[in-house]
Amino acid sequence: MSIDWNLYPCQDFYDELVAAPGKGRDAFSGFLDDLSALGPEELVARQEAANLAIKEMGITFTVYSEEGGTIDRAWPFDIIPRIIPKSEWDRVEAGLKQRVQALNLFIDDLYHDQRIIKDGVFPAEVLAKSVNFRPQCVGVNPPLHIWAHVCGSDLVRDADGTLYVLEDNLRVPSGVSYMLENRLVTKRVFPELFEHYAPLPVDDYPSQLFDTLAALSPRPADYPQVVVLTPGIYNSAYFEHAYLAQQMGCELVEGRDLFVDTDDCVHMRTVDGPKRVDVIYRRVDDLFLDPEAFRPDSTLGVRGLLRAWTAGKVAMANAPGAGVADDKVVYAFVPEIIRYYLDAEPVIPNVPTYRCMEPEALAYTLEHMEHLVVKPANESGGYGMLVGPASTKAERERFAEAIQKDPRNYIAQPALKLSTVPTIIGHHLEPRHVDLRPFILSADRQQVTMGGLTRVALRKGSLVVNSSQGGGSKDTWIVPDQP
Amino acid sequence: MLSRVAENIYWLGRYVERAENTARIVTVNANLLLDLPRGIAPGWRPLVDITGANALFEEHCKDYSERNVVRFLLGDERNGGSILSCLGAARESCRTIRDFVPRETWELLNELYLYAHDALAKGMTKGGRHTYLKYIILGSQGINGLLSGTMLHDQGYEFLHLGRFLERADMTTRIIDVRSANLLPDETTDLRPFETIQWVSVLKSMTAYQAYRRSEQVRVQRGPVLRFLFKHPTFPRSVRHCIESSRLSLERLPRCESALRVAGRLKRNLESTEPPRLDQQQLHAYIDDVQTAIGELHQEIARTWFLPPLAAEAAA
Repeated sequence: MSIDWNLYPCQDFYDELVAAPGKGRDAFSGFLDDLSALGPEELVARQEAANLAIKEMGITFTVYSEEGGTIDRAWPFDIIPRIIPKSEWDRVEAGLKQRVQALNLFIDDLYHDQRIIKDGVFPAEVLAKSVNFRPQCVGVNPPLHIWAHVCGSDLVRDADGTLYVLEDNLRVPSGVSYMLENRLVTKRVFPELFEHYAPLPVDDYPSQLFDTLAALSPRPADYPQVVVLTPGIYNSAYFEHAYLAQQMGCELVEGRDLFVDTDDCVHMRTVDGPKRVDVIYRRVDDLFLDPEAFRPDSTLGVRGLLRAWTAGKVAMANAPGAGVADDKVVYAFVPEIIRYYLDAEPVIPNVPTYRCMEPEALAYTLEHMEHLVVKPANESGGYGMLVGPASTKAERERFAEAIQKDPRNYIAQPALKLSTVPTIIGHHLEPRHVDLRPFILSADRQQVTMGGLTRVALRKGSLVVNSSQGGGSKDTWIVPDQP
Repeated sequence: MLSRVAENIYWLGRYVERAENTARIVTVNANLLLDLPRGIAPGWRPLVDITGANALFEEHCKDYSERNVVRFLLGDERNGGSILSCLGAARESCRTIRDFVPRETWELLNELYLYAHDALAKGMTKGGRHTYLKYIILGSQGINGLLSGTMLHDQGYEFLHLGRFLERADMTTRIIDVRSANLLPDETTDLRPFETIQWVSVLKSMTAYQAYRRSEQVRVQRGPVLRFLFKHPTFPRSVRHCIESSRLSLERLPRCESALRVAGRLKRNLESTEPPRLDQQQLHAYIDDVQTAIGELHQEIARTWFLPPLAAEAAA
């Protein structure tokens, strides 16, 4: 048996590998034939080899349950890679850098003069209602004036092939460890394809991350002491925290390992006695960072940490308060933000967004709800959303009421037709929807991962790519354009 | 190395050792009871006496029946010293430092805990008990072996050692304390053969019988057995050996002065005392002293290297 690409459905959506029935994309033509040459049995065998490798390598994500004795699940991975030609990626990379640069200028402005508000580009009321704005951070000058050192932006491709930014994660974005592990597994299962298509390497991320963090050290003369701060083993991203700490050669610490001394310096408790910490890559949310400054009941944080950071005795990535730009309403202003600070047009477009705070947008949203996706400003992970085409009349009415009560809290976007990639389902290849999360590092310079984490919704027709809800992932190949 | 990691490794060592020791004393007691005449057989209570958890036991159990005691020591999760609780605690300690201990160790420990949990009902039966406990002992030894064969022998290894040897020293003294005391009325010549059985069982609780035979070449009796278990330099479960090993680990750690002082006092105390010369009451008092000193050494280790208790942190 072989694979018949003529039967692969690719008309309704943009498929990343299949341009038309029986025809691969030009930039890496031949790839479909290579898969056919392997044949379905061999592909399934390699998928099984990959599953085994993942189990052996201990790549997991955490789902806590008291019973059953294990809290880790193997990471669902599909071996067929998603491929992007280098020429396209160059443009995406430039667009991401531009975007994060503008967002950092924006955050810094919000915590200082708020010029963008005074100049009437960004409405004061949006800021006033932001739940991620931290008054404690006003006037603070983090090193290099960078607030979002690690950004994970989600990209999606619509039916016409246009790539859009769907959201920017500026708080504690996760997933990069899976990007790295996916590559290791793919190298094992597709060595021959790998040699032929020569996807560009991704594995310098840990050292780039370390350099980014080290550049923030308040004691530049010394070798900086960088640590990864985790909420602990029950956090769903604990595997990643441990993985990154290990790859960077840093200590993985919890809040109770650290303390702030009377001189405002942060120290970790070691068997050799207290040791000063220069940079904290924190994977703990703002509000849990410091019971003195934020939630007093937090046991995950470090008393006095914000004080130490404000005094410039320790650097934190991402900076507390960076999440102010991680808000769906703020997202809707990113094109304006780019124009305002950089005097340039956005390289990668936003998904067209209706800001319900604006009367015409509100009217349009209420009128077209069955074709739109309506999102509240500060929910993430797909919670509290209305997906118009899949909604009932009662749900739409409930949402309409909520929107009218608090229009500032809502945006609406056309329901996108997410692109697909062939995925092994049983013994066949079927299209499944994907997104892409590249990671952007910012300090003394900016770096973007070569590709990123491609997440795939394994359920037929589903657009939900979250691993907790039946999502998996794929390796992402950025390949040199064929002459 | 982080204090928290050091502390977790230390407790990993302690809990695995405790699980193993508990498995040993239950096995040996079962054998001992088969060999003693019914009238003088001490039953199962001494095992709870050894662990010192009598108050907790009596809170939950009506009497010291075989079934109650065995359940309390094997699988009662209310008893922090039960095999299941110890393995559970060891597993939690290990889980938080999984990036530190070799992966296989975590897997083996996880598997051992699951076995202790799942096979418990079988382990509670007279017929299945032996197999169950043997598996626990082998599993504990397996973990120790894996760690010594695959883990970096750095500071973390010293803390593992400290946990293991302090726990072992503590358990050895507890076994001697309880087992030497209450078996036979003094000076009863017609029970002589049973006295030998008693001391043989003390040795066997620590897998010391063969070693004793090889090293002492005298028959099994109180004086030489006590000397062997307290003072033998190379038997790995003698109090002296445990304290000596702990001292060597302490010496390799930074800021070890005050902990070494405490260990040094303990060592001198051991050297200057001849347990065989003590009568039963004196021996009991002496063991109390030794256990207090072991407790002090633990306190000093915690004070020097571990995270301060949460209460102190909150007050600060």
